[in-house]
Amino acid sequence: MAEKKEARIGVFLCHCGTNIAGSINIKEVQDYARTLPGVVVSDEYQYMCSTPGQGKIVDAIKEHNLTGIVVAACSPRLHEPTFRVASKVGGINPFRFEMANIREQNSWVHMHDKEGATAKAKDAVRIAVAKASLLEDLFPKSVPVEKAAIVVGAGVAGIQASLDLANAGIPTYLVEKTPTIGGRMSQLDKTFPTLDCSQCILTPKMVDVGRNENIILKTYTEVEKVEGYIGNFEITLRKKARGVMTPEEAEAKGIVGGGCNGCGDCSGVCPVIKGNEFEFAMAPRKAIFIHHPQVVPNIYTVDFESCIKCGLCVEACGDKKAIDLEMEDSFEKIKVGTAILATGYELFPIEKKAEWGYNRFENVITGLEFERLICASGPTGGHLVRPSDGQTPKKVGFVLCAGSRDNTGIGKPYCSRFCCMYSLKHAHQIIEKIPGVKAYLFYMDIRSFGKMYEEFYYRIQDEGAKFIRGRVANILEDPKSRNLMVFAEDTLLQRPVNIELDLVVLASAVQPSPEADTVRKLFGVSKSADGWMLEAHPKLNPCGTTTAGVFLAGVCQGPKDIPDTVAQAEGAASAASIPIHVGKVELEPYFAQCMEEKCAGCGMCVNLCPYSALALVEKEGKKVMQVTEAKCKGCGTCGGFCPGGAIHMQHFTTPQIVAQIDAFLLGGEQ
Amino acid sequence: MAEEWQPKILAIICNWCSYAGADLAGGARIQYPPDIRAIRVMCTGRVDPLFIMKAFQDGADGVLVSGCHFGDCHYLEGNFKAAKRMFLIKSVLKNIGLNDKRLRMTFVSASEGAKWAGVVTDVIKTVKELGPSPLKEFQK
Ligand code: FES
Repeated sequence: MAEKKEARIGVFLCHCGTNIAGSINIKEVQDYARTLPGVVVSDEYQYMCSTPGQGKIVDAIKEHNLTGIVVAACSPRLHEPTFRVASKVGGINPFRFEMANIREQNSWVHMHDKEGATAKAKDAVRIAVAKASLLEDLFPKSVPVEKAAIVVGAGVAGIQASLDLANAGIPTYLVEKTPTIGGRMSQLDKTFPTLDCSQCILTPKMVDVGRNENIILKTYTEVEKVEGYIGNFEITLRKKARGVMTPEEAEAKGIVGGGCNGCGDCSGVCPVIKGNEFEFAMAPRKAIFIHHPQVVPNIYTVDFESCIKCGLCVEACGDKKAIDLEMEDSFEKIKVGTAILATGYELFPIEKKAEWGYNRFENVITGLEFERLICASGPTGGHLVRPSDGQTPKKVGFVLCAGSRDNTGIGKPYCSRFCCMYSLKHAHQIIEKIPGVKAYLFYMDIRSFGKMYEEFYYRIQDEGAKFIRGRVANILEDPKSRNLMVFAEDTLLQRPVNIELDLVVLASAVQPSPEADTVRKLFGVSKSADGWMLEAHPKLNPCGTTTAGVFLAGVCQGPKDIPDTVAQAEGAASAASIPIHVGKVELEPYFAQCMEEKCAGCGMCVNLCPYSALALVEKEGKKVMQVTEAKCKGCGTCGGFCPGGAIHMQHFTTPQIVAQIDAFLLGGEQ
Repeated sequence: MAEEWQPKILAIICNWCSYAGADLAGGARIQYPPDIRAIRVMCTGRVDPLFIMKAFQDGADGVLVSGCHFGDCHYLEGNFKAAKRMFLIKSVLKNIGLNDKRLRMTFVSASEGAKWAGVVTDVIKTVKELGPSPLKEFQK
């Protein structure tokens, strides 16, 4: 901190083609920069981030013996890393670089005010120069990376990501809140446009997960707490009381040859009947249950909310002694280097769109309920029937964009992206299974954007499905027949239509689940305006997040179909494996430091630190604060509150920030 | 110099939400008036009351502090701690005869570009209505 060289600053202005130069007079700012204290060179270039642009910085550092660099260009969130490297190549410490944002926060938002934008750019450069004059050499801290990863959510995204990580040799905790892995995909019957059976392609992967030595499967488990940072996350898991022990758990308790083997004897004798969530309550389950025969792991679960503790199951289980009706939630701490969130989606509560009568009319169902009703392993053995009377429907309507692309404030403004295609698939399935059936699709636009999707759309048209372009305004039920009167507008023929149908399927919008939001906050990931998790960059970093070491896979980042989900999961796995394989990461050195001569030992900061990185220690007979750098994430909250100004927040020091404020308010042309 | 008085407004914004939101407004080319200069900190928790008082002492006509929404702070609750401090600073401002509307704290997330533009527009409007800071006199 001590040695102060006289500041010699170089200022470099980027035109960014016309992106900046179109609204800001670069020449004027460049000339102005030369007049600022400490500035010894001021240059400009079409694209500073290009190789010749960076070359200018490198050369200038050597030629002018610079101590600080200012680049006025786009956002530091975009190119700060680029120019830090250039500074380093030029031979100065990369943290002696400061960026002035004259694009995102200037030329792009003041496109028609060249005078105002130019004045603002001058101020921005002046502020940046003031900071650059006070920047110090800093050295990133290199920390080792724990060789393990966590994947939260075991739908197809989480499964794929875990398998990839595990196959790359990384021990991976796969955490799932429900008793089984498989997620939404395991509820589907067939997948578009290839029509392969969803279970048939997913089950082998589920079995692989169960078998893979590097995957530590944690079902019926939730993330309780996340501490630490990239390379060293300490995660507390809550293992919910399952009431049933696995063979391993039984063995650990000294029960030899015991534990659940999935025989189901317990369920046979259980007197409590509940709706099976997996089947959307269209089939029953017991209070001790598995959701479906293909569950992984094949272990029963006690639903303690409905269990009456009669003990019949314990008797039926006999010597296996797998059931423990007094079991309680338990906690476990794990250490991982990186994390992937794959928390998926839930259906938008479509009953909120009251005009379509979901929940009021039995024969109005959702697309996911349709999947279960048409699935051979579903509650009806694959015979599509009307919920009201068990009859085979002859006229079926599909309402697309149900709650999606909805700007009424009730539904979701976004496109849910896979409903067009699954509705086409649904139409195909009934035409194939029910002779003489009529399928009506009420649509806004058919979005068949993927590989072989448009061809699939043509195929369904050829198969005779009727397409009516228009939103369904209202659905009414005939109380006797329980048939549905559907009122819509055919916008192509410009006339109202009303059709009597046996069954209506709502292709309901999707949304993040409330639990997903809890996970999001635990990992410090932001959300987009639409509620999905926010990626680090929508185009160039769609798997990353702003929390280093945390990645996204699947629908939790935004609606996507299975191929896109799997692709993103593989991307996330690859990204998450990089720090682990490298074995170390560099942390930005924005640590707090205590200036002991100023510290009064009051301890305010100790309580304010969200990471318990600070402590009071005795030094030379006086109490002073001490920082554990590995725990400090550099938020600066301690520095903002220290009454004595005794905290030196590296790269955001009080003198630096005050210099910026002074430069803005006192330094300019008054 | 332009005829119309241009207020001097300082914004101190956090890297993770408001700065990103401001960048997003740029990406979406949402236009707003230029009378604001932003300084980036990692978190609004870093905002020392000293910074705000210094700005007013230097003659700032308004100060905006903007961070993440509660519950979304990249460092858990820095914004909360900063918000609590704002009340105190506002009462100090009142005591020294400054209208406390000259200081505002807002919460703009990384996805709220339009909101950022709205906040800035509104802050500028408020400060313009209040006129130049009376503390400017003391500077001379
Ligand atoms: S990081 Fe935005 S307010 Fe803390």
